[in-house]
Amino acid sequence: MDIRLIQGVAYLGLIIFLTFILYGYIIHLYRSEKKGKRNYEKYGKMALDDELTSPPVEPLEEHTKESR
Amino acid sequence: MQNPAIEYDYTVAKWFSYLAILFGIIGMGIGVWIAFELAFPELNYVAGQYSLFSRLRPIHTNTVAFGFTLSGIFATWYYVGQRVLKVSMAESKFLMAVGKLHFWLYFIGALLAVGSLLLRYTTSKEYAQFEWPFDIVVVLIWVLWGISIFGLIGIRREKTLYISLWYYIATFLGVAMLYLFNNMEVPTYLITGMGDPFHSVSMYAGTNDAMVQWWYGHNAVAFVFTVPIIAMIYYYLPKESGQPVYSYKLSLLSFWGLMFVYLWAGGHHLIYSTVPDWMQTMGSVFSVILILPSWGSALNMLLTMKGEWGQLKENPLIKFMVLASTFYMLSTLEGPIQSIKSVNALAHFTDWIPGHVHDGTLGWVGFMIIAAIMHMAPRFYKREIYSKKLLEMQFWLQTTGIVLYFSSMWIAGITQGMMWRAVDQYGNLAYSFIDTVTVLHPYYTLRGIGGLFYFIGLFMWAYNFYKTMTASKAIEKEPQFASPMAA
Ligand code: HEM
Repeated sequence: MDIRLIQGVAYLGLIIFLTFILYGYIIHLYRSEKKGKRNYEKYGKMALDDELTSPPVEPLEEHTKESR
Repeated sequence: MQNPAIEYDYTVAKWFSYLAILFGIIGMGIGVWIAFELAFPELNYVAGQYSLFSRLRPIHTNTVAFGFTLSGIFATWYYVGQRVLKVSMAESKFLMAVGKLHFWLYFIGALLAVGSLLLRYTTSKEYAQFEWPFDIVVVLIWVLWGISIFGLIGIRREKTLYISLWYYIATFLGVAMLYLFNNMEVPTYLITGMGDPFHSVSMYAGTNDAMVQWWYGHNAVAFVFTVPIIAMIYYYLPKESGQPVYSYKLSLLSFWGLMFVYLWAGGHHLIYSTVPDWMQTMGSVFSVILILPSWGSALNMLLTMKGEWGQLKENPLIKFMVLASTFYMLSTLEGPIQSIKSVNALAHFTDWIPGHVHDGTLGWVGFMIIAAIMHMAPRFYKREIYSKKLLEMQFWLQTTGIVLYFSSMWIAGITQGMMWRAVDQYGNLAYSFIDTVTVLHPYYTLRGIGGLFYFIGLFMWAYNFYKTMTASKAIEKEPQFASPMAA
């Protein structure tokens, strides 16, 4: 087979594959919000409420407790 | 949280802010000068070889990109990093020392590197002119920055990394990879024992060299002029306006989109060159796709202001940032248009390219750094911004400057491109090169004046910052959102 044809097919295949990955990611984001696993929008607060004294949106300790 | 006595430590952020102002003035001062040299060639000779356009142009580009912009990036990192991770640099002596070392190595390295360009040491690769000893210094500086980033992340209180940090990390990784690969070079003296110890030759040759160079060059735009600036706007615009990011999910999606697409688009710098045709096409296609993640971020920023547009009238910092994202949209629409093969045939080598460059750099990068530093000033010194009026004047003067810059370069570039390709009925070229020069002269002058406006604005900025630091009214408490300003 001609190398150019292989390149062309591989290129098209790659684009289609990556498009799937991208849409997969969008679906993943919305799904995990719908299932209540995560609330992405609350992370926006990290920029607004960023005093050293203000409570973290998700403290590190909580994480370690969960994994224990 | 645990220890109320600890506060955020802005020492390193302050130092880098001073450098951003200093390098902004030096770099853009040289820029204005060489703009006038193009309009009035006698200016080339005022200081012998040292004032020649060819000597000064790389100094301009390197000082604005790696002096002004990088200082702005580091200043904001040392500020934003602490705040969104909710940890102070004062909590770690080690990180504090690394930050300070990072600053001093960067400052001294930058001065030496600029000096080397003035003395004609150059690899002749655009945006990668520094010779090999300076490349080694750059690597050290970068490693220190990396230690600072990951060190701070290591002692954080906030579990999740805010979107700005993703962009700072991407800047760190992206530049590290690009810089290393593009600057692979052989120091000739070490191999042959002859010639100048500073001299080196690239490890790549011919078309390969061109491909690596523009993979680097284009992504220097990505990872110095785009990605870290997005990091800034995702923090400073929400903070200054008191509005959370319009859609955090969109910010994640645009991040991955940008990361993936940018790296493939460099081919658009080499259209109709000797690189394989499919690669040119790929560069062109990916450039057009690049509109999507770019506008994703920009629209996310504009939508963050939804329902709060009144602030645009009241607050000059919001003006700077909203115009910055608007200019970002402009250059990321213009770039893909220029990447289309038939358009590039006209645009390449013409003044339309610097026109495009400066929409991005002056409008997007410059405005964002100016706004970020003025947002930090009242927090650095616990004083209100010295003069709102001066900031407003600066905004309008600089905006006028940018408009003069890009409109003159659009007209000049398209005129130039059309004249180069014009033929008479027998297929002979209709114009000689000097004909184009004559026609372009007024536009070059206008561009110089536009640049001068922007440059004057920098002094207003520096003065306002200095007065904020020394003479402005004290405030008791760090402001939460909008930065306080005296009329
Ligand atoms: C979607 C995004 C963008 C695309 C597709 C794009 C595309 C292009 C193209 C086609 C060229 C001209 C290549 C040539 O014919 O010589 C160019 C040059 C350039 N662009 Fe962009 N651009 C984009 C965004 C930006 C932004 C946001 C900035 C700056 C903040 C920027 C800075 C530059 C610079 C510095 C050059 C000059 C390179 C040289 O020295 O030749 N670009 N870009």
